[in-house]
Amino acid sequence: MQLFVEQSINSLQLGVMLFLLASGLTLVFGIMNVINLAQGSLYMIGAFGAATAAAHGVPFPLALVFGAACGCAAAVVLEVALVRRLYERDHLDQVLVTFGVILFVNELVAIVFGRSPVFMTTPDALRGSVNLLGVPYPVYRLVIIGIGLAVAGGLYGLIGHTRIGMLVRAGATHRDMVEALGVNVALLFTFVFALAGVLAGLAGATVGPIFSVSVGMGEQILITTFVVIVVGGLGSVRGAFVAALLVATIDTFGRAYIPGLLAHVFSPVTAENLGGGLSAISIYVFMAIVLVWRPRGLFPIATR
Amino acid sequence: MNRLRVYLGAVMLAVLCSSAVMAADPVPIGLITTLSGPGGYTGQDVRDGFALAVEQEGGKLGGVPVNVTVEDDGLNPATGRAIADRFLQQNKAKIITGIVFSNVMATVAPDVLAAGALFISPNAGLSTFAGSDCNKNLFVTSFQNDAANVPAGVFAGQHGYKKMMLMAADYVAGRDMIAGFKMSYKGDAQEIYPKLDQTDFSAEIARIRDANPDALFYFLPGGAGINFLKQYAQAGVKVPLVATIFSLDSQILAATGDASAGMSVIGHYNLDFPNAANKAFVSAFVARYHRPPTFYAADAYDTAHAIGTALRAAGGDDSKIDVMRTELRKADFKSVRGNFKFGPNQYPVQDWYLMQVERGADGKLAVVTKSKVVSDYGDPFASKCKM
Repeated sequence: MQLFVEQSINSLQLGVMLFLLASGLTLVFGIMNVINLAQGSLYMIGAFGAATAAAHGVPFPLALVFGAACGCAAAVVLEVALVRRLYERDHLDQVLVTFGVILFVNELVAIVFGRSPVFMTTPDALRGSVNLLGVPYPVYRLVIIGIGLAVAGGLYGLIGHTRIGMLVRAGATHRDMVEALGVNVALLFTFVFALAGVLAGLAGATVGPIFSVSVGMGEQILITTFVVIVVGGLGSVRGAFVAALLVATIDTFGRAYIPGLLAHVFSPVTAENLGGGLSAISIYVFMAIVLVWRPRGLFPIATR
Repeated sequence: MNRLRVYLGAVMLAVLCSSAVMAADPVPIGLITTLSGPGGYTGQDVRDGFALAVEQEGGKLGGVPVNVTVEDDGLNPATGRAIADRFLQQNKAKIITGIVFSNVMATVAPDVLAAGALFISPNAGLSTFAGSDCNKNLFVTSFQNDAANVPAGVFAGQHGYKKMMLMAADYVAGRDMIAGFKMSYKGDAQEIYPKLDQTDFSAEIARIRDANPDALFYFLPGGAGINFLKQYAQAGVKVPLVATIFSLDSQILAATGDASAGMSVIGHYNLDFPNAANKAFVSAFVARYHRPPTFYAADAYDTAHAIGTALRAAGGDDSKIDVMRTELRKADFKSVRGNFKFGPNQYPVQDWYLMQVERGADGKLAVVTKSKVVSDYGDPFASKCKM
């Protein structure tokens, strides 16, 4: 029971983490029709930004803001310098260019910070754990959940209930009409890209205290993020939220329970081997099942 | 047609370049290592440790000018193989070294051996080539994966741990490590194999808390080790940690803050080893790179010196593979580890120590050598090797 409770909270925490990255990615794809592999680089930039700020004595909340700002600034530079030229190109070109950006940014960060992982501490106030339904749970992970849910709520409000959100939604489904109405679509796109940068930067900054802040950290989480946006339906923020939670739950519970369940049937060693393999592929199997059932994801946005 | 001309031009250039390589030119050494990704600092230390030895001799090893080419395998066996083929064919390298990760070694070593060149691993210590498939052209200067863990199992037994959890990254070295630990540890053991590139360990930590063993023995090198240790400390689990040096090198120590306090570490090298060679190495490394060396750097530094002895014996002619091999076997260099020789399978025979993570006088955590766990230890496969 204790294990179940702990794993449920773990799922929620991983889910909101994935959502922070996936929401930006899905917005950019849904609205701008751009595949941005460099989202992981923005995440890394956010983490390095926050770690550097924290190392220079900046209070933790401000370090998080600084990380998000770094992600935002990098996203704007990326959009203006490169991505803007890719809107009319096909997806292969976009993949090639943004993949190049990954390599470039990795080397750049390695030159500036070196290849050694950077240390980022958990602030004293957020260390330790609290008792949650009988489980001592790390405070910091609860903070991550809080940040993630706040961002999800904020995005919901922004996209669903503001003028700019309306334009973003309209831009995703009826781009030509929005342009015809005289909206500065170029500016709107820069805004969306910057927003994606803020989300990725914030995600990177938030995980600094629990992950290794090092060159290449973005690529590790990128594939799972793509699974999330494909399952959720490309372009749908709501879909990204639901899918992030589902993928996280399947991943966490798979890792926690599959080996144990298999141990009833196989020898412990076989069960651990087989279970490890099965839990590693579980999210991809889930994606395949979803795509068979709903080829355009759980919450597809209206077609252009 | 144009493309053909370019191609022909390239071939002619390549022929010209290769025929220009005369005895007087520096001996080419191919160094393939992992520089990118979260494990990238391991390869960086291999490269820098090796380069330090070459620099200290003014571009030479064993008095012979060398030309070390460094390439990044990106922890991808296929990339490593492509680089090795290029080193062997284009650079005409007869000495390939640098590999950190065992899965890369598993792919690269057979190609190098098939080409008749020397494969000298400064870190990866795969079991595959330690037993009946040992090869006269393959040397490992670091350790054998399993062997590193046998002393850890001995330590766990001495410490009275009866019920343990064993966790290792799910790849060839991780399996080797756990197999080695179980050779000398006879208590109850439950095993967990997270993925090598995993970043979040909350599910595993919950399982550890749930099982509540006497101690956790784990192997997670590089970035994975950092992620796990940070998250473990935060989760407030009180199960003591036992690890080999691979999961707590000086970079991991620095990147995890207080998380490693009190941990027991089994290793073959530590910064505080009192021998003269090590003192000189550590101060030179810190002066040159402004960070403490990890064992990756130390082993690479030893590797460079071992290669130096071979080149000196061959008089700088790297086509004399037999002469170089015979000299390498003698391990006639001052290892920063102190006691070092090669076993019959050309993997190391050395001492393993217990170290503890303690707070020093300056308030910083440091890995402090405590006692020798085993002396002159080779590995469990050496007896099966028939050269």
